[in-house]
Amino acid sequence: MRFIVIMALALCFATGCSWRDGGALPGSVIRVGNGAEPQELDPHQVSGTTEHRILTSLFEGLADIDPTTLKPVSATAESWDISPDGRVYTFHIRPTARWSNGDPVTARDFAYAWRRILSPKLGSEYAYLLHCIRGARDFNDGKTTDFSTVGVRVVDERTLELTLESPTPYLLAMQTHFAWFPVHQATIEKFGAIDERGTPWTRAGNLVGNGAFTLAEWQPNDVLRVRRNPHYWNTAKVRLDGIEYYPIDNQQTEERSFRAGNLDLTASVPLHKIPIYRKEHPKLIRISPYMGVYFYRINATRPPFTDPRVRKALAMALNRDEIAHNVMKAGERPATSFVPPDTGGYTSRAAVTYNPEAARALLAEAGFPGGQGMGPVEILYNSSDAHRTIAETVQRMWRDNLGIDARLLNQDWKVYLTALNTLDYAVARSAWIADVADPVNFLECFQTGVGNNRTGWSSPQYDALIRASYLETDNAKRLDVLQQAEAMLLDGGPIIPIYYYSWTFLQSPAVQGLVTNPLGYIRWTDMWVDRGTGAKP
Amino acid sequence: MIGFVLRRFLESIPVLLTVITVAFFLVRLAPGGPFDTEKRASPQVLKQLQAQYRLDQPLYRQYFDYLGGVLHGDFGPSFRKPGRTVSEWIALRFPVSLELGAYALLVALAAGMAAGLVAALRPNSALDHGTMSLAMLGICLPGFVLGPLLVLVFALWLGWLPVAGWSTPLHKILPSITLGAAYAAYIARLTRGGMLEVLAQDFIRTARAKGLSETRVVLRHALRGGVQPVVAFLGPAAAGLFTGSFVVETIFQVPGLGREFVESAFNRDYTMVIGSVLVYAVLVVALNLASDIALALLDPRVRAQ
Repeated sequence: MRFIVIMALALCFATGCSWRDGGALPGSVIRVGNGAEPQELDPHQVSGTTEHRILTSLFEGLADIDPTTLKPVSATAESWDISPDGRVYTFHIRPTARWSNGDPVTARDFAYAWRRILSPKLGSEYAYLLHCIRGARDFNDGKTTDFSTVGVRVVDERTLELTLESPTPYLLAMQTHFAWFPVHQATIEKFGAIDERGTPWTRAGNLVGNGAFTLAEWQPNDVLRVRRNPHYWNTAKVRLDGIEYYPIDNQQTEERSFRAGNLDLTASVPLHKIPIYRKEHPKLIRISPYMGVYFYRINATRPPFTDPRVRKALAMALNRDEIAHNVMKAGERPATSFVPPDTGGYTSRAAVTYNPEAARALLAEAGFPGGQGMGPVEILYNSSDAHRTIAETVQRMWRDNLGIDARLLNQDWKVYLTALNTLDYAVARSAWIADVADPVNFLECFQTGVGNNRTGWSSPQYDALIRASYLETDNAKRLDVLQQAEAMLLDGGPIIPIYYYSWTFLQSPAVQGLVTNPLGYIRWTDMWVDRGTGAKP
Repeated sequence: MIGFVLRRFLESIPVLLTVITVAFFLVRLAPGGPFDTEKRASPQVLKQLQAQYRLDQPLYRQYFDYLGGVLHGDFGPSFRKPGRTVSEWIALRFPVSLELGAYALLVALAAGMAAGLVAALRPNSALDHGTMSLAMLGICLPGFVLGPLLVLVFALWLGWLPVAGWSTPLHKILPSITLGAAYAAYIARLTRGGMLEVLAQDFIRTARAKGLSETRVVLRHALRGGVQPVVAFLGPAAAGLFTGSFVVETIFQVPGLGREFVESAFNRDYTMVIGSVLVYAVLVVALNLASDIALALLDPRVRAQ
């Protein structure tokens, strides 16, 4: 004890007593564990959930979604009109919408932002979400440099017209994605060209946003603070004074910080702690469905997996209930389809079910009775305890149900991605998290030659169905086309769905008004903290 | 002495050049690139990104461009965190590792030398065995065990110290102890060994025979020779401490360079990896030199060599 006191005094002396009281927070500042350090705060140069959580407080799109119903609600645009053929959207921007420096938010700002994200030189990974706009893909691919060929028209300062390649029923819901957020032209150009990467416009003091909060401080790898934006059009309704984002990438450290009362929300929960919290502190842990699927890819170009019967047999030999309930334990649901249920009003009619007898029969029909002649099947995964545990379970099920000798191979993340990209694997663990609440966001991955296919699987019929879904104007018919596509994918396609993700995090009793939704969006404007309910669990 | 320092300085140039070269080519040999992600970017986007960071140029050209940049103090942009250059990231994070390392070194020296002295003065007593057992435990107990244990006791049970972070002096205590513990243990054993050897020598007997007090004998005469093994150990130890520890920085959420280095290697953030390696190399060279100079000052025989 004395040693610690002496050390404390010595360190206090050595650092000149630069004391900063982290405990005396205003009642309405929420402290959030946010996983990793954000790569950037430029909505056109980021790609992760970490950044998304911060950007939704700093920027706002034309429309938002109601967290409960997932239906579009007005945001920076107060209203919109949709043409009868569903191809032209006219947005009416709120006259009260303001940037954090007080400038009005205009239609021009959105047009500028979309021109920027589509600029080929910027190399934005999420520019493809805007490819539904007419001519956007050609502009993004550098086939034209004339932005007037893109279906974005500024009618006047408050009116923006968007012409689409084909009706896109999820266009409004997509406005919550950072790829569609506006940026402040004068700020971008003060620090560089429109398509220049990595300029310092996103630093505290430089960044101008149109969200409910504004960037106050960004200490990399320490804390990022935002405070209420007085110019935000709906600032009277915002109850939080600020948000502190802590980039804690180690789950154990984050959980310990939560336990010590230093965090109000965590980004995740260590796997082994989930049963303990569920049993002992059920009010502190929140588990809700998440629009993502954990699945295995099968290399459809490598024998014997070129035979759809083999692929189907592998899929049917897995007891997903056991994996979801006994291995994962965090409310994950067994996946019988690729698209999670109720994704944009769509639930797959087709299903992969557990049927070891039928699986054995299929494998025998393909020429491998009892797994004989198959040779060892290698399951590739990126190094992680959870992936290993699942792979071991799959290994056991394939051995017991099909007589197949599966072997495990774990690789560093980038090595694993290279193996996936070059089809240098047999079976590989994979995941897909929805960018948009629509089945096409999942199903379009498996078109021939698409970058996210990564299985070598190619079906002209499947490609035709996905293309037809883009052109279909009637949403019910469009979903029906997608049902057919998914049925094809599940019937001997290159994937084995395993479980649908759940969103699991810790929440202190002080946090109020947080409604979870399957996209993992947090609407900061709905929330507040009430320290009176006891912040420390 | 000046000639010695100058020679060592000149010798370090080819060493650093070799380090840069090996790091540059090794990191590019690793499979995967900085822009590979779970959701794959389109070929057009990838091409643009590669062109932006000149990854589409022939490797030798990239190498010489990079070397030219380094000579001008420009380590290039970070590929994965484009908002800041590598120099800026190092300037942000290296001082934190340096500060943590300095405190850990203080802990290691204070605890290690005290324990070593106590043990050496009462050899083979219960005190000696107790201290040395503790030191052995310190060497064997890895940071990822000691760190969470300390957090559990002092932060979660007693509530005296924060769990993680790096903002107030209180935040700095547990990481410094965790990082310093293993080094303290080594220093304790080295001090004990060094002191026992010196205390058995003739000049100590002479000093005692002259009637000097035991404190004076130990602190004035024996310690100077007894700490030589510690001083020789301090060079590489300080380099190890100042360059930051991935484990300690991760457990305590310390925004240091150690974590950045490992993350950048995982992310294939080429420029960030080479930049960090270069900082480490310079530090190791400089601290080994400092250790040699200190030894020369302490021991006339080394000076004569």
